[in-house]
Amino acid sequence: MRTFRAAACAATAASLLAATTACGGGSPTGGGGSNDKPETLTYWASNQGPNLEADKKILTPELKKFEKRTGIKVELEVIPWSDLLNRIVTATTSGQGPDVLNIGNTWSASLQATGALMPWDDKAFEKVGGRDRFVESALGSTGATGSDPAAVPLYSMAYALYYNKKMFADAGIDGPPATWDELVADGKKLSRDGKWALGAEGSNLSNNIHQVFVLGKQHGADFFDSRGEPDFTSDGAVAAVKSYVDLMAEAKIIAPGNSEYAQNQSLGDFAKNKTAMVLWQAAASTFESQGMKEDEWGVAPVPVRSGAPGPGTSVNSMVAGINMAVFQNTDNLDGAVKFVEFMTSDEEQKILCSAFGSIPPVKSAQRDPAFDRPELEVLRKTLAESAAPLPQVPDESQFETTVGTAVKNLFAAAATGREVTTETVRAELVEAEQQMTKQ
Amino acid sequence: MTTTAAPAGGKRTLRKDTPGAARGPRRRPGRLRRAGLPYLLLLPALALEILVHLVPIVTGIAMSFKQLTQFYLRDWGAAPWSGLDNYELAVDFDAPVGAALLQSFFVTCAFTVLSVGLCWLIGTAAAVYMQETFAGRGILRALFLVPYALPVYTAVITWVFMFQRDNGLVNHVLHEQLGLTDGHPFWLLGGNSFVALLTVSVWKGWPFAFLFIMAGLQNIPKELYEAASLDGAGMWQQVRRITLPSLRPVNQVLVLVLFLWTFNDFNMPFVMFGEAAPEAANLISVHIYQSSFVTWNFGTGSAMSVLLLLFLLLVTGLYLLFTSRERKAAHA
Repeated sequence: MRTFRAAACAATAASLLAATTACGGGSPTGGGGSNDKPETLTYWASNQGPNLEADKKILTPELKKFEKRTGIKVELEVIPWSDLLNRIVTATTSGQGPDVLNIGNTWSASLQATGALMPWDDKAFEKVGGRDRFVESALGSTGATGSDPAAVPLYSMAYALYYNKKMFADAGIDGPPATWDELVADGKKLSRDGKWALGAEGSNLSNNIHQVFVLGKQHGADFFDSRGEPDFTSDGAVAAVKSYVDLMAEAKIIAPGNSEYAQNQSLGDFAKNKTAMVLWQAAASTFESQGMKEDEWGVAPVPVRSGAPGPGTSVNSMVAGINMAVFQNTDNLDGAVKFVEFMTSDEEQKILCSAFGSIPPVKSAQRDPAFDRPELEVLRKTLAESAAPLPQVPDESQFETTVGTAVKNLFAAAATGREVTTETVRAELVEAEQQMTKQ
Repeated sequence: MTTTAAPAGGKRTLRKDTPGAARGPRRRPGRLRRAGLPYLLLLPALALEILVHLVPIVTGIAMSFKQLTQFYLRDWGAAPWSGLDNYELAVDFDAPVGAALLQSFFVTCAFTVLSVGLCWLIGTAAAVYMQETFAGRGILRALFLVPYALPVYTAVITWVFMFQRDNGLVNHVLHEQLGLTDGHPFWLLGGNSFVALLTVSVWKGWPFAFLFIMAGLQNIPKELYEAASLDGAGMWQQVRRITLPSLRPVNQVLVLVLFLWTFNDFNMPFVMFGEAAPEAANLISVHIYQSSFVTWNFGTGSAMSVLLLLFLLLVTGLYLLFTSRERKAAHA
């Protein structure tokens, strides 16, 4: 009996332990895709609307339209952002995945390096109407420079400054700030009586990266050098990170509580008139779902040091957006390309981008009157004139984690009253750079 | 466990009813075939066990010797062998990667010891009190099991919102209602995050201990308690002299299972803190996830997993050795 119990314990223990190492692996997979199953396609869509159901409702009629025209049935799966990258990585390892998928455009170079996505050479681009149909800045975040893009731009977005008109009027401010100095000055007038000037998502790593990347550009710093090696500790990079965290630490115009935000709580605060400004991309539909009317908020370009957004050190947004890629292992290659052509056609671009509140990366679709709203006007201008793509290097996702965490830690320090100095910022960034393992 | 018992039983039946025992040369093949039958019947189970458990373990171990980054993901058989590089990186405690792993390991140990201890204590206390029959016992028992039955994500995300600094319920109760704190402390950042993590873990884990102990208590004969109270033993003495010793075998399994679950728990810390947990709450499972999935360095992640596996095997082995020897001594 005793040995039996010991054996039972050991068996339980072994099976529990197995979970630790159980990291599946796939078999080596062959070269390109095939056309073995020309009747169906599996499509992984990213979550663009307020929730997964809303996305399904918007996409399903369009997929039906595609099926009517081509006879190809598209199986749709809308995947939440928290799972999408893991799902793609798993699909890459196993070789079992969708035929067509959406990817966050900042992942382009990382995923390109895995070889999981079909490269878009000129011949492939011809099938969807040619490269020239797409906006240049959007094409800039489809993969490493000098290689064929890993994906095609699908939806574009840019950052803008959203402000609460009534709170500005109450504080006696007549318009949105154009420079950071103005933003801080206005912010000090707005931050009073339990209300705060600016919202931030201090625990959201990607959002931290988007903000400090742009500030880095404004300080003349890139986070990677020309050879693609991490360079997080240059004076410009340190100054950029410090200037962002200082909005809470020194200027005190961001509420300390924002340092733990990661679930878009800052947008909720904005909609509830608790904060007067947020820096966000295409936030209109979220404000609406939180019960804020369209005439209650205004939109302006994100401040730059010079006051006039443009290229170089006057960049005021990253090129945000979604790309569409064809999975290398597809068994319906022609159908997949046809589907990409359909989704990037002028007609579908107008329908989908207006539904999701984004800007079409297709030039001819952008000219449609549907995109003449003041908010989209600002976003479109930003995208065309003063947006820069995040570093298109294979290490981009590591950069988001390590530097994003550094910014999170600094916000936490600022929120709990510890001092944020050039030295502490540099120390965090040194640690971030050390964690970038050599590949 | 069945694997060890069945062949022995098979042999015994074999000896009894082998009719052709005296037929000389024909005896051996028939005997072999018969002896093989139990093994044959076990084969499907064995094959599945290998497929489901052993293959992934072996794969994971193999991966830990490879330089498996995003460049080789699609065909990871082609990833170059890196020898012990991944292990060296993981145990070089002077370098940032190793130092972070060590820190995470210590946090996890402290967290596990406290969480298992509290789960066991609360579970046992509740189970002992629930032994008495009283009105509403059934309802209370069911209520106690709710945290265990709730889906992890829903339960933990609710706690996250309760722990929020400005709008959370916890601070509202502590500060506005009870006046225990000056101002609103952060629970999800800095040192307090350990307390938050521990709270949620114990809240989620103790009903399992409660359930387990409650089942164990059913096996203790009532006569023992009756005899003890006749001899004048109080409640505390009964617990110490009867309940706890009788629960020993149950506790042995319970503590081990709780230990392994808590040490390896991924869902709870991941839902609470996402990809970048504060240092004080940086549990090793999330840390390993981050070292592989987020930084796309699966070789290093696997090496860390193998080290964790070795550690847990060692602890489990020592624990079983120690507890069974102790029991032997008690029996002798």
